[in-house]
Parts: sequence; C-alpha cells; structure tokens
Amino acid sequence: MDVRSSLSYLYWLFCQFELITCSYLMEPWEKLLFYSFNLALLGLLLYTTYVCVALQASSAFQLLCSLLANPQDSALAVVK
Amino acid sequence: QKNGISNGTLYKKTFIEHFEQAPMYVAVFTFVGFAVGTIFGYLRDFMRAWGLEKRNIAAEREQQKDFVPLYQDFENFYTRNLYLRIRDNWNRPICSVPGPQFDLMERVTDDYNWTFRFTGRTIRNVINMGSYNYLGFAETDVNALKTVTIELKKYGTGVCSTRQEMGTLDKHVELEKLVAKFLGVEDAMVFGMGFATNSMNIPALVGKGCLILSDELNHTSLVLGARLSGATIRIFKHNNMQSLEKLLRDAIIHGQPRTHRAWRKIIILVEGIYSMEGSIVRLPEIVSLKNKYKAYLYLDEAHSIGAVGATGRGVVEYFGMSPDDVDVLMGTFTKSFGAAGGYIAGKKGLVDFLRTHSHSAVYATSMCPAVAEQIIRAMKCLMGLDGTTQGLQRVRQLEKNTRYFRRKLHEMGFIIYGNDDSPVVPLLLYMPGKIGAFARRMLEKNIGVVVVGFPATPITESRARFCVSAAHTREMLDTVLNALDELGDFLHLKYSRYSKSSHPELYEE
Repeated sequence: MDVRSSLSYLYWLFCQFELITCSYLMEPWEKLLFYSFNLALLGLLLYTTYVCVALQASSAFQLLCSLLANPQDSALAVVK
Repeated sequence: QKNGISNGTLYKKTFIEHFEQAPMYVAVFTFVGFAVGTIFGYLRDFMRAWGLEKRNIAAEREQQKDFVPLYQDFENFYTRNLYLRIRDNWNRPICSVPGPQFDLMERVTDDYNWTFRFTGRTIRNVINMGSYNYLGFAETDVNALKTVTIELKKYGTGVCSTRQEMGTLDKHVELEKLVAKFLGVEDAMVFGMGFATNSMNIPALVGKGCLILSDELNHTSLVLGARLSGATIRIFKHNNMQSLEKLLRDAIIHGQPRTHRAWRKIIILVEGIYSMEGSIVRLPEIVSLKNKYKAYLYLDEAHSIGAVGATGRGVVEYFGMSPDDVDVLMGTFTKSFGAAGGYIAGKKGLVDFLRTHSHSAVYATSMCPAVAEQIIRAMKCLMGLDGTTQGLQRVRQLEKNTRYFRRKLHEMGFIIYGNDDSPVVPLLLYMPGKIGAFARRMLEKNIGVVVVGFPATPITESRARFCVSAAHTREMLDTVLNALDELGDFLHLKYSRYSKSSHPELYEE
C-alpha cells in the first residue's frame, strides 16, 4: 500500500522533472542523451560530495580525538 | 435623469482585476526549460548542418548557394526547434460548426511534427473552449438561419465589387442603420474583414504630424494600422493611466520632436477587452483624460461588443457611459455575432469621411449579403426586435457562465488573469513543457483548448486561453472544470497563493 503510493509519487515527481526540463518533448534518442548526461553529472556530484565530506569528517574527527587526548598542549597549539 | 454618482468616483461598480505573480521557483524552472530546449536546439542545428540528420527545412538550390542567402537559418531557430516539437496543438482542422461542441479531424505525425497525415477518422463532440463564440450565434439550427437562407437564395454569395463602385447593397445600408441604432450613435460603416477595418482605417484618420498613443498589448491590426499611417507612435503601459497621462503631458508640453510645433492630432488607441490578458480597459479614466487634454479616442471593441454590458452593448454600456464620449467606436462581428467583418461607428461626419477616404471602401470587396443578414438577425435578436427575449437571455447566460467558470478556477487554485467580468479566461502555464502536455491531455479528454506561447505572450508567461460561451451548458462547464482539476493536480499548475482550500465542501461537514 505505502510502497505503491510512494512509487506513484515518485512517478509523479519524474513526470514533473520531464515537464520542467522539456524532456517530455524530446525524441527518444535525445532523451537517452539527456538522461545519461544528467545521471553522469549526478554521479560525479555524489562522488565529489562523498570524497569531500569524508575527508572533512575524518580530519574533524582527528582534531576532536587529539583535543580529548591532550587537552592543554593541543588546545594551545590550536589557539596559536 | 440621474441624481449624480453616489460616492463621487468615476467607476459605478467595482473593478476587480487580477494579475497574480507566480512564486519565484516557477520563473527559474521556466528558464531551465528554455535553456535545455535551446541547448538541444543548437545540437540539432549542428547535426543538420553537418549532414548527420536529414534536413526538412527550406534550403536554396545548389546552383544558388553562392548568392545572397534567401533563408537565414538562425532567424527561425525558435520556430524550428521549440515550436515544431509541439506544433500538433495548433492549426487543428475542424469539420463542423464551431459551436459549444465540434468535430475534429484526427491527425497523426510520423516524423515528430514535420509532416501530418489525416487518418480519416473524426473525433466527435469535442467541447469547444477556444472559439470566440461568446453569445452562441455560431449555430446551424434551421429556424434560426431561415432569413439567412432566403437572402442567400436571393443574392448569392459574391458581391464582386468594392463599396465605392457597385458593392453597396441595400443589405449593407440596412445593416449600417441597425448597427448605429444598436450602439446609440449617429452612423456606422461596415467592412468585410475585421483585421482590415483597423489596418485600413487608421491610416485614413491619422497621418504624418499626428501622435498615436497606443496600449502596450494592442492587437496586431491596430499596430499595423498605426505603422501604416506614418504618424509618431508612443506606447503606454498596459491599462496604466499614470503612464498615459505622463505621455499626454509630454506631448502637449514639448510638441513634435524636432520643430516643437503642436501635434496635429493626438489619438489614443485602446481595446475593450484585451484577448490575451482578459483585462477590460479603464474607460472612465481614459475619457476624463482625453477630455482634459483634448485628445481623440479610438476604441476597438472586437472582443467586448456583445460580450459585456447589461444588454450586450460593450464596454461603453458596462461602465454606464454614453457613446458620445468615445470618438471612434470600432468592433468586429466575428466574435459575438457568428459572422465576419467589422464596423466603425461614431458621428455622421466621421463616417461620411471614412466612406470616401478609407482604403477599405475604395479597394476592398464589401461584405457578403448572407453574412450581413446573419449579423442583422443576431443584432435584432440581441435588441429584442424579433419579439423574443432570447438575446437578453444569451447575454445573461454568458454572464452567469463567466462568473461561475472564473470563480471555480479561482477556488481550485489556478492563476487566472484579467477582470472578473470578462469571458476571456487566460490560465497561466508558465513552462514550455507544460504547454504541449496540457493541450494534448485536454484533447485526450475530448476538450479543445487554445494554448499560447512565446511570441504572442511574454516568454515566461505562456498560457491556455478559454473563451466562455453562452451556448455552454452547466454540464459542459463542469466537465471542463473536473478535467482541469485533475490535470492541474497531475501537471502541478495550481500556483495561486491566494486561493482557499481546493475542495471547501469536504471541510464544511
């Protein structure tokens, strides 16, 4: 039940995407080109986000660990 | 005899117009749509230029490739790449009378709208929300058309002459007298074509050294007539009286551009109802401005004659003014009278001048007598001269239909432009992808609509234009409204932020 309504909602969202980007009007090969370009762009975006976020998160975690382990020395180092 | 206006303002009844702006994301998405369309347009043009795809557009012959180019490829970029994709929604041939319902010829395309072919089937009883049939006089009822058939048998169909040679028939004289009586003016003159009435008569009235102040959104016929006349044209913002007054003051203070002499004539061109916006002209204010600054007023009542006003006599009656306030009353018989042609009415001196000096009178064939008889019978019906109250009933029915349709669309949450009393209802679609989807899905539901896009409207505001008719029954309007409700939810068209909840009856219990 919930799956079906959420699937139909997703289909409706996809239709909105098609209408807004005029891909509803395109011929099939143009649609293929457009969607593959979009998916490639999305993939690159996700990968960059993953790398970037992961890097920042790991460096932030390292800083936190060093702060907790040596409170006074590292605090001075950070402030300087 | 009236005692005077009760609260002292120019308007005797409330003047409510809406031009609601959609939320910002709508404009962003519209531009995204156009950007994607443009990119793919460039891609397709590139492929066509390099021979990767078949060329279907006009091209010069091989022997003439070195000549000056006849077909500039880039100029019709928009037509070739964006309009062509949704071209199947326009120029649909119909094969019955354009009454409240009509029959369409079914048309399919095999190569994405470059060519069409007819399958031979007709789609029957499509509800007609696009024809300008405001009072429902486009009918094939035999009793109604009795006099028209008699006149057709008596005169035939061709006139074969111009007004000034041998084309003035007694039917034309009868029609002109009737039009003058209907509008309450001294005299009128009728022409065979509405567009030609404007474009051929404005050059006869103004010339070089005159000033034309025309509204931003005037129809092409008025623009063409103004340009042909050779007068100076200045544009004021749509229905904006401050803009008009500023232009008038500048014109009178500074005079003509180089010599600073006084203008020979200042004429204001406005329309009664603007067909793309559904807005009604602010006539009382314009008349008071024109009287103050001594200018002339040309009112084009193409869409408003028969459609507004207590007895169908147009915007002059709608605002409770006298027809003497307007110098030149122009209108067409195409919209509310189910015929073809136009008229110009006013003082006798003006009309006599036009009879001799108008290009249309000298060179254009006059109106066909059967068509003139159709107008005569429609006008007699409206005035009540045929002994029934059918004309007045039609006007009332149109008013009721207009109010019902507009109210329901507002409640549902669509953005509608225009005055609450105008039978032209533009529903905003905004995005180019939705134009095609809307028109096609409405046709699948057996409703024929007219959608309008970029060159006729601003680029971000494409719309679907409904023309309510007195011949539409409540059931037809309900069918259309239900279809619009469904389609509005599916295409996400309900952008209005002022509406109440879309189904109030569910909450009242």
